[in-house]
Amino acid sequence: MTAVESRAVAWAPQGPAPVRRNTELSLLVFAALVPVLAYAETGLALDGRLPAGMLGYGLGLGSFVLLAHLCVRRFAPHADPLMLPIAALLNGLGLVFIWRLDKARELHPNYPAAQNQLLWSGLGIALFIVVMARLKDYRRLQRYTYLSGFAALLLLAAPAFFPVRAGDFGARIWIHLDGFSIQPGEFVKILLPVFFSGFLMVKRDALALASRRFLGLYLPRGRDLGPIVVVWALSLLILVFETDLGTSVLFFGIFVVMLYVATERTSWVLFGVLMAGLGFWAVAHTEGHVRGRIDEWLHPLAAAPGAGVGQIGQALFALGSGGALGTGLGQGHSWLIGFAAKSDFILGTIGEEIGVTGVIAVLLLYGLLAERGLRTALAARDPFGKLLAVGLSAAFALQVFIVVGGVTGLIPLTGMTLPFVAQGGSSVITNWALVAVLLKISDLARRPAPGEPLQPGTPP
Amino acid sequence: MNKPIRRVSVFCMLLVLALMIRANWVQGLDASALNANVHNKRTVIEAYSYPRGDIIVGGTSVTKDLLVNGNYYKYRRAYVNGPMYAPITGYSSQAFGSNLLENVEDPILSGNDPRLFFRNALDTLTGKQKQGGDVVTTIDPKVQQAGWDGLQGKKGAAVALDPSTGAILGLVSFPSYDPSSIAGVTSDFASNWKKLTADPDQPMLNRALRATYPPGSTFKLVTAAAALETGKVTDIDASTDSPDPYILPGTNNQKLVNEAGDTGCLNASLNAALAMSCNTVFGKLGAEIGQQRMLQEAQKFGFNNSSMTIPVGVTASNFDTTMGPAQTAQSSIGQFDTRATPLQMAMVAAAICNNGTLMKPYLVSEERSASNSVISQTSPTQLSQATTPDVAAKLQTMMVNVVKNGTGTTAQIPGVEVGGKTGTAQHGVNNDQNPYAWFVSWAKFGGKQIAVAVVVEDSDTARGDISGMHLAAPIAKSMMQAYLGK
Repeated sequence: MTAVESRAVAWAPQGPAPVRRNTELSLLVFAALVPVLAYAETGLALDGRLPAGMLGYGLGLGSFVLLAHLCVRRFAPHADPLMLPIAALLNGLGLVFIWRLDKARELHPNYPAAQNQLLWSGLGIALFIVVMARLKDYRRLQRYTYLSGFAALLLLAAPAFFPVRAGDFGARIWIHLDGFSIQPGEFVKILLPVFFSGFLMVKRDALALASRRFLGLYLPRGRDLGPIVVVWALSLLILVFETDLGTSVLFFGIFVVMLYVATERTSWVLFGVLMAGLGFWAVAHTEGHVRGRIDEWLHPLAAAPGAGVGQIGQALFALGSGGALGTGLGQGHSWLIGFAAKSDFILGTIGEEIGVTGVIAVLLLYGLLAERGLRTALAARDPFGKLLAVGLSAAFALQVFIVVGGVTGLIPLTGMTLPFVAQGGSSVITNWALVAVLLKISDLARRPAPGEPLQPGTPP
Repeated sequence: MNKPIRRVSVFCMLLVLALMIRANWVQGLDASALNANVHNKRTVIEAYSYPRGDIIVGGTSVTKDLLVNGNYYKYRRAYVNGPMYAPITGYSSQAFGSNLLENVEDPILSGNDPRLFFRNALDTLTGKQKQGGDVVTTIDPKVQQAGWDGLQGKKGAAVALDPSTGAILGLVSFPSYDPSSIAGVTSDFASNWKKLTADPDQPMLNRALRATYPPGSTFKLVTAAAALETGKVTDIDASTDSPDPYILPGTNNQKLVNEAGDTGCLNASLNAALAMSCNTVFGKLGAEIGQQRMLQEAQKFGFNNSSMTIPVGVTASNFDTTMGPAQTAQSSIGQFDTRATPLQMAMVAAAICNNGTLMKPYLVSEERSASNSVISQTSPTQLSQATTPDVAAKLQTMMVNVVKNGTGTTAQIPGVEVGGKTGTAQHGVNNDQNPYAWFVSWAKFGGKQIAVAVVVEDSDTARGDISGMHLAAPIAKSMMQAYLGK
């Protein structure tokens, strides 16, 4: 997207955009083909033959995305053509990498996960279709502002009341029901933007009022500090009681971004950053778990006696050994990462086996998806849609930054999944729903305004 | 709201950009440091993912690569006659690294040597499995076996050299260990490693190359060489002016006595003094020759050389660089701070046998690629001119006399010219532990030559019987016999 183009859209949002459904379909062919070929290459490298499930996998993934595409054609014909193919490609690649790690007999314990992940992906796409078909107008979500807020709060608080299991490594981010576990923080990624959008829609004028100017900034009135203080306190509570740095940062980050967009006041961002910094500093000095994460970040290659380096160190080794082009699929040793190799640390496998080239390609896909979401926000015609699209896209981008930054040692590691790629049912389902909502907003934004002449070639 | 949205877009792009820069940092700039990190198992996993080359003794390989298909590692190193050849091969372990030839010859054995580059590139193109090159040693299995058998039940080392080339024919250290027993990563190997490293007998110590002992009377050969070179003694059969006991110069009546008691060391000739191993004669000679000249002589025979490799590194033998005349006298009979590796004493014998020319000892005769083409061949090189041919000839005469009539009679081989020198070095504070028994010797027969040094640290033999003659000389004799076929 060029600057000129985006400005044109912004200043003339009523201008109808081309429908581009066929573009989407042709991109989807690539998005399905690339993972199938990657699957074949992995099988050839590991077993010397094409994987037996190749046809089933290819058809399964292919039919899932085809179904999703048909649904978009039917229920959101004007939607952005890039988001669905990008999501499908990331999901497909994720399945290949999880399957590749399933095949690593060196990994202990190794519970096969690709089959389940395919199932979860199917459920995710099913939810995508449900959202497409049932959510006639996203603006109706506004009605559920406080319900969403309440549900988000409940989900965020829930893990604190469930017992921590030994394998959770100190973070209370799961709810364990018998047989499987849910990561409620993932669902919150959609609920919170809905709540914040509705809330800020109503309050944004009051929050934008400035009391006085200071150093070129309009400072908000003291009494308007209430909401940000509440959200800040809640995110700190999450950090202290659930020791979940990732969700805490994500939660607060979404709010600050949306507050800024709603009020157009830079001072809110400064306030937010200052408060986050203060809170983080205080918690880091009192919470052993958080301090441990920071130590690990500062000294990723420090080795415990007799145990070798920690997981971040192992992830860095994996990335380093990948170099520019990687070892080739199935030929790396990223299973040395051990625990969470398929979920939080899956980027290590990507970096080792397809190199920095592959990592950058994946990061570009994430960047592109986030930017398409933000462009949707620019094009949306109503403030609720704008805020919701910004919130969802920023949540997505922040999550990618938090997890990739953590695994590459850029920032302290916090337990988070790489969207669409990492193993995890809650994550993949939520992300498909998130993309569905964005597509719905995009559909309405790109739809010709009533009474406007249709572009030639646009179906009636 | 569009202005802040655009700013948020830029912010999100910056986040992704930061991640990309970080990825390039880790995978590009930091990659080689990360790959070289000792905790990164990938290097070891790669090293054992294909067979290493062989270490060859007497035409057959003493190493094997077992296809184990373990959890991490595909191959594991194993050794034929492991304990006997351990001082040569060293070990190559998935868990504990490597040492000796396995370590210094790793570029060839692993196939990563730049000289193998084209062959490796060709193998990659043709899809052949990578394979390491071979290392051919100079060891004579018969000599090695003889030394190994001789040291059973004792503690010590034996080294045999070909004096004319410097080729190492035997390198024995006992007690030893089986490198196969520590080659893997599982708990068995780990407990073996723990046991070996905690063993007070130090089975993993390479006594032939990496342990130094006081050489005792065997060092008198060096003192004799210096005496003859400096002209202190011109006729080996002429009487010397040597009191018995000898009062150490500059001391208050501190006496140097002879082990054998007063059996004719008084004013003994150099020849007789060497045969009877008279401390008084050689102590006095050393003090008179002086510390500087003695040091120079010792260095010509290879002492104080901390950079010697064969290509395995050898611990430097020591002759002190600064000391007074009393200490020089004691040092000249192989006591005080004088220390030597068994290899060093074999070099002394070899230089005398080779008419004064000391050849550089070497253990590897050839390096070969996996397809048996020769990559490098070691040609014998001279390390130093230890002494003149004339002095060497006199020393040979005296050493033959030691074996014929002196303390070395147990090393006689009928029909073979054998020269030797025994040593019994004091050990422990106030000499309270079992002394070290030495024997250094050479033999010539039918154009073949061999020089041997044997040290026995300790054994169950009662203390009075410990002497180079009874413990060490028979081992040296059997090694020389094994080589000469007599």
